[in-house]
Amino acid sequence: MSYVPNPRPAGDFRTTYKDDNRLFKTHFETRSALVLLAVVIVAAPFIGNYWLTQLILIGIYAIAAIGLNILVGTTGQISLGHAAFFGFGAFASAWLANSFGVPVLIAMPAAAVLTTAVGMIFGVPAARIKGLYLAIATLASQFILTDFFSRADWFSGGVYGALAERPSIFGFAFDSDLRYFYLVMFWLVVTAVAVTNLLRSRDGRAFVAVRDHYLSAEVMGVNLTKYRILSFGISSFFAGLAGALFGHYLEYVSVEGFTILLSIQFLAMIIIGGLGSVYGAILGAAFILLLPQVMESLTTMAAYVFPAMESGKSYVKQMSIGAAIILFLIFEPEGLIHRWQQIRASWKLFPFSR
Amino acid sequence: MKWELFFQLLINGLIVGMLYGVVAMCFVLIYKSTQVVNFAQGEFLVLGAWVCLALVTNMQLPFFLAFIFTLIFMVAFGIIVQTVILRPLIGEPIISVIMVTIGLSIFMQALMNWIFGNDAKRFPDVFGTTDVINIAGLNVEVAYLLSLVLSVVIMAVFFWFFRFTRHGLAMRATAFDQQIAQSLGISVKQTFAMAWAISAMVSGVAGIVIGIVNSVSNSLAFVGIKVFPAVILGGLDSIVGAVVGGIIVGVLENLAEFADGQYLHLGNLYTIAPFYVLIIILMIKPYGLFGTKDIERI
Repeated sequence: MSYVPNPRPAGDFRTTYKDDNRLFKTHFETRSALVLLAVVIVAAPFIGNYWLTQLILIGIYAIAAIGLNILVGTTGQISLGHAAFFGFGAFASAWLANSFGVPVLIAMPAAAVLTTAVGMIFGVPAARIKGLYLAIATLASQFILTDFFSRADWFSGGVYGALAERPSIFGFAFDSDLRYFYLVMFWLVVTAVAVTNLLRSRDGRAFVAVRDHYLSAEVMGVNLTKYRILSFGISSFFAGLAGALFGHYLEYVSVEGFTILLSIQFLAMIIIGGLGSVYGAILGAAFILLLPQVMESLTTMAAYVFPAMESGKSYVKQMSIGAAIILFLIFEPEGLIHRWQQIRASWKLFPFSR
Repeated sequence: MKWELFFQLLINGLIVGMLYGVVAMCFVLIYKSTQVVNFAQGEFLVLGAWVCLALVTNMQLPFFLAFIFTLIFMVAFGIIVQTVILRPLIGEPIISVIMVTIGLSIFMQALMNWIFGNDAKRFPDVFGTTDVINIAGLNVEVAYLLSLVLSVVIMAVFFWFFRFTRHGLAMRATAFDQQIAQSLGISVKQTFAMAWAISAMVSGVAGIVIGIVNSVSNSLAFVGIKVFPAVILGGLDSIVGAVVGGIIVGVLENLAEFADGQYLHLGNLYTIAPFYVLIIILMIKPYGLFGTKDIERI
């Protein structure tokens, strides 16, 4: 990993461990995060339905990507089955709400807990195998789970899918996109803060130790089996939560929505955003969601000049994701967040940066 | 009737399994010599089939010529993929390498969908392949026999190449230890490129064969996914294991279909059965039947 200077302002000496472990490293970071959040919340009613939908989807995918990032970026385990867990969350939430009459707002986290259990079961192979073997095992779990969705009529409604109503609390229904957006934002903030918190705790450092050198980690007293399975569990929790939000947003959960392609997109989000970084996952989610749309409008423009391009619109979208993965891995393997850090560092060190 | 069906499916499984074995061999070849897991193997296969089909139907070339051109194209393609996409990633962590081939795979999928269309297309009947001959009371299509013969030929050539040729020896040396191979004067770069070229070429052949047996469509790429159970079963770095694993998966699939159709009536069991086996194998014997066991010393 190349070295990025991340200079602190003069006078910030960090005299205690507590200082060193703060959630936000500097006051500037705290303020900019709050300001950004405030801007998003205040601006939301004025940006129009199209962008609101995009923001909601970005928020949902970002939650799932942050979860995946714990597994892949922090613990170094590869999962090709994240979309299946995402889907499981969606179905589980709809199932709880439809079959047991659980209020949707409670069904969502409950579905996430169920997904955690499933994720831990499929994470059991991870206790023994790693790297490539694990990638293939999770690939199998993707196929097994999607097969389960199409079979289990009692759970998912089989091939017909399941209806999922919008949540409401005390007569206040999250029925408009704007209201739902605030709900998603709430969960996104909770997720981001919880995960950032997790990463600076003992467990978070144990994850990093497992990633960086699992033998040393074991020698230092980190229980490998426990942390590998735990990491699967936590990542599935957020996948399930995001899935539940997704299902209740669309108000309909279909079996076809959770293919391997979505799993790949989740992986692409964290690779493009930056492995192991919470902000990176959010950036990556935005990138992967907006890229196909940018490509679509570019293709539409190109179609005026070359009419042949018109037929290729949907293909160009998928190609752009594949190409983005390849290009980022070759030219910027540390993702957008690394670029951002470089920009920030050169700004801070201005006269000396060049 | 029931047992006739059973044997019919067994034979089908064997033949399809041989093809899986061939593709698995290509996969293992790349993994063994370059430490790259090629998630785009299925797309290589489809590409070979489409190119050959396009040469036969659009350019009106005779099949044999089209076949040769396809081989040349696939060799070039393999080398280009290796040099442009995978060479910059040497030494990167395994997740980057996996992701780059996944990226390649979805890129190729979309591109091929665009260029060749979504519909399945049939090869023109070149060898009278739809004829059926009767062997010991079982009906076997000529195309299936042809693919069986071709699979055996490919496997024999692989064996000969790795056992008796200079380049084969160089590749085995590189697979064993890159540094030692380099110090013995083997160009590791060339060997890597060669591994990809051979793998792409042979997958192309497999693609053409499967295309003749069934028909050419983008869903053939699913064979590339089916390869994973096969290679895990056989052991990731064993060529023999790939062949055995491929045959087992092929037979297993058809037996699952038999059991499903006769007794269980779950439907669609044959597509998912190999993956259950995969999970079980990974839990009890993660290095497969023939794979070398990693022993880690501190």
